[in-house]
Amino acid sequence: MTIDTLRLTAEEADALLARKEVSGAELFAAYRDAIEARDPELHCFLRTCDDPGGDGLPIALKDVIGTKGVETTAGSKILAGYVPVYDSTVAARCKGGGLRLLGKTNTDEVAMGSSTENSAFGPSRNPWDPTRVPGGSGGGSAAAVSAGLAPWALGSDTGGSIKQPSALCGNVGLRPTYGTVSRFGIVAFASSLDQVGPVAKTVRDCARLYSVISGRDPADSTTVEVPAVEVPTAEDLKGLRIGVPVEMRDAPGIEPGVRDAVARAVDLCSELGAEVEECSLPRSVEYGLPCYYLIAPAEASSNLARYDGVRYGHRSPEGNGLIEVYERTRDEGFGDEPKRRIMLGTYALSAGYYEAFYGKAQQVRTVIIREHAAVFERFDLIVSATSPTVAFPVGERADDPLAMYASDLLTIPSCVAGLPGISIPCGLSEGLPVGLQLVGPQLAENTLFRAAHALERALGFDYVPERLR
Amino acid sequence: MTWEAVVGLEIHVQLKTRTKMFCRCEAGFGGAENTRTCPVCLAHPGALPVANRTAVEWTIRLGHALGCTIADRAVFHRKNYFYPDNPKGYQISQYDEPLCVGGLVTVPGTEPFEVGIVRAHLEEDAAKTVHRGGGTGRKVGAERSLIDFNRAGTPLVEIVTQPDLRSADQARRFLQLLRQTIVELGISDARMEEGTLRCDANVSVRPAGSDELRTRWELKNVNSFAYVGRGIEAAIREQVALYESGGTVEQETYDYEPDTDTLTQHRSKEEAEDYRYFPEPDLVPLEPEPELVERLRTELPELPAARIVRHTEALGADDAWALVTTERDATYAALVAEGVAEREAFNVTMNQPIPPGANVAELAKVVKAAKTLTREALQKAVAASADPGFTADAYLGDVAITDAAELDPLIDRILAANPGQVESYRGGKEGLLGFFVGQVMKETGGKASPKVVNERLREKLRA
Repeated sequence: MTIDTLRLTAEEADALLARKEVSGAELFAAYRDAIEARDPELHCFLRTCDDPGGDGLPIALKDVIGTKGVETTAGSKILAGYVPVYDSTVAARCKGGGLRLLGKTNTDEVAMGSSTENSAFGPSRNPWDPTRVPGGSGGGSAAAVSAGLAPWALGSDTGGSIKQPSALCGNVGLRPTYGTVSRFGIVAFASSLDQVGPVAKTVRDCARLYSVISGRDPADSTTVEVPAVEVPTAEDLKGLRIGVPVEMRDAPGIEPGVRDAVARAVDLCSELGAEVEECSLPRSVEYGLPCYYLIAPAEASSNLARYDGVRYGHRSPEGNGLIEVYERTRDEGFGDEPKRRIMLGTYALSAGYYEAFYGKAQQVRTVIIREHAAVFERFDLIVSATSPTVAFPVGERADDPLAMYASDLLTIPSCVAGLPGISIPCGLSEGLPVGLQLVGPQLAENTLFRAAHALERALGFDYVPERLR
Repeated sequence: MTWEAVVGLEIHVQLKTRTKMFCRCEAGFGGAENTRTCPVCLAHPGALPVANRTAVEWTIRLGHALGCTIADRAVFHRKNYFYPDNPKGYQISQYDEPLCVGGLVTVPGTEPFEVGIVRAHLEEDAAKTVHRGGGTGRKVGAERSLIDFNRAGTPLVEIVTQPDLRSADQARRFLQLLRQTIVELGISDARMEEGTLRCDANVSVRPAGSDELRTRWELKNVNSFAYVGRGIEAAIREQVALYESGGTVEQETYDYEPDTDTLTQHRSKEEAEDYRYFPEPDLVPLEPEPELVERLRTELPELPAARIVRHTEALGADDAWALVTTERDATYAALVAEGVAEREAFNVTMNQPIPPGANVAELAKVVKAAKTLTREALQKAVAASADPGFTADAYLGDVAITDAAELDPLIDRILAANPGQVESYRGGKEGLLGFFVGQVMKETGGKASPKVVNERLREKLRA
């Protein structure tokens, strides 16, 4: 039979396997064929794998996710050629669940970016319009799912790297509650913010993949027990109280087409039976971005210190003596964005500046956590746009870091607060997908799945990119 | 002017937990290079630390033993610096919220003194760098440097004292007592030669009686108890000389060179250190349950300091110290409990180690009869006291020659045969007594009573 990888959901693929209408090998081959056909244009994959066998679906993993025996570079030259000797917990859980690794997807270098243009191995392209970016940092995973190159994928999210690419590519991405998915084996960007999560065509697929990867891990001290995942079925929002943060709705820089699509989705929430009211997150929206751009680079400056050329990865062949080898190795190995953030972070942690920068940012983080907690006393979840804009042209923001950072304005506050958020497509603007972000309190993934699923059904968005239909 | 030393110590103790501080690799001395490693202690991408519970509990025990308050909440921090022996680019340590704070140790002795403990915190050890080529085994001039990561991640406790020590001797005594305490807690071998106990000293001097704190020197890499004392003495000596010649003391780090008994400037770091401490986001704060903290406190054994105090009345401070710091006080106490006089019990225990598992009740009978027995009888009894079926009876028959009439002719003969030594003895070299005793013992096959021989010899030599 022909397998339409563009259309087929993971759930449907599983059903085909269960009914033995298709073999695991055939399914794997179908996605490999799709990769061969479309990836030269889109560059979602940094490398593909041969079918490892097994009885489950294929899956693509963002290249920050360590995979035993499969090169893992995090999109950085400094890790070129690095082949992990161990599996990350999430990779092991995927294997344990029978999932078969299709390949490793492109990412901004060390997950730093919002377009994948910072990948040392070249940018990925948006399946809806290859002149545009797929978002980032997990643009490879999101674009692969939308282009039918993988039934689902894993991304990692520090300030929006799952939700924003899903929004720009028109699929579903979950950034789970901090601590629900193990970070063991994930190339670290900012440890107190990094979180792995699923990218899929549907909310139900997203929930199913989340159930595979989530749960406490003795190898990651920051993980917690996770409530049983419920794959959603309800098609209404009755009994749910939904808040609309006015500062997010009215934020400057939100494109009119995005604003309108989100407004229609908010109206739909009422129609589906939810109580919808305005709410307010003034400090989170105003200070979220600066807070994030102190904490994340500070942690990154320390996390990236291990890439020194001594034990693995790139080592400069030049250089006389220890200091020079360090300097040349890191100069050659890191691109501009990691260098920029290492410098920012080093500065923010330096003696004499710590209190004013990192220390202050931690205090602000507490304010943001409390502000969200207060809102969630009144609401089950809040909604906003995921990204202020639809996918932007490749190159447009590449030389303007601040414009690039603004891309994450709406995703960052809940990341800083450690809260779960899901992005679902809620319509098109200028022919490109618009993402709707739902954010809940800690461990409210099931509520998010339920609401997102009901909205998804009511919205009827066609996740196959128009140009590929 | 009289000068007074002001000394504080920073002590690192390697814990002998089975596994490392943040991973499950085997910890401890040994193993071929780079075999006790894993992604965590090699700092591979994505590897995360998980704190070793035993190390935490042992640090709490040590904290109790040092009279510290155990924090309700302790936080691991990252101490960031680049060096090849520091694989992550940061050391996980504790900074402003350590596990143990504010302790006090009273060091017993003829002049007891108190040492405040600022803190005791938990961290991880670095890897070991070996410099090859260039002849000196040092970094400067080496052809290449190799790194052995077996040690990387071994749990270390850092103990910081207040600057309460007033002499090199006090520092030595405090350190010896601390070492004994640590060894008895069973948490470390605490051997300076092997690096499982390391001590840096901060030394300054001031006019005696003043309470100012002057600029200090830091002494690093001192690898024996003796050198800690001698290094501090050298620093005191040089600082006093500087002040008395009208100079000033600049803050500086020194190594002690035992061969020349001098201080040499520590290699200076290539750039100023800013460790950029921040809370380790990969670990959650330690919040030891109050029940655990209390249980660990009540489970503490009686500490060496307390036992020294307890034995001081009977033995005097110095002998009590020697008894406890050689860990012979348990057998000593057992002998005393069997009715052996304290001094006698001390002498026996200190002369010859009593084997573990000794039948002390039987041995005590021999000890009590020792005056009438040959010296060998007691020695043999001690050596055999842990053997199965050991009884005193086998040794009580080995009676010494205590009859002066029997010994006198022999003694006379020995004195006559050694006129030179006799003359020297009478000229004041009383140490020669041992020589004569030895001769008598040799002639009698060890059967003479040393006590009687001594008495007779003294009397005859006095003549």
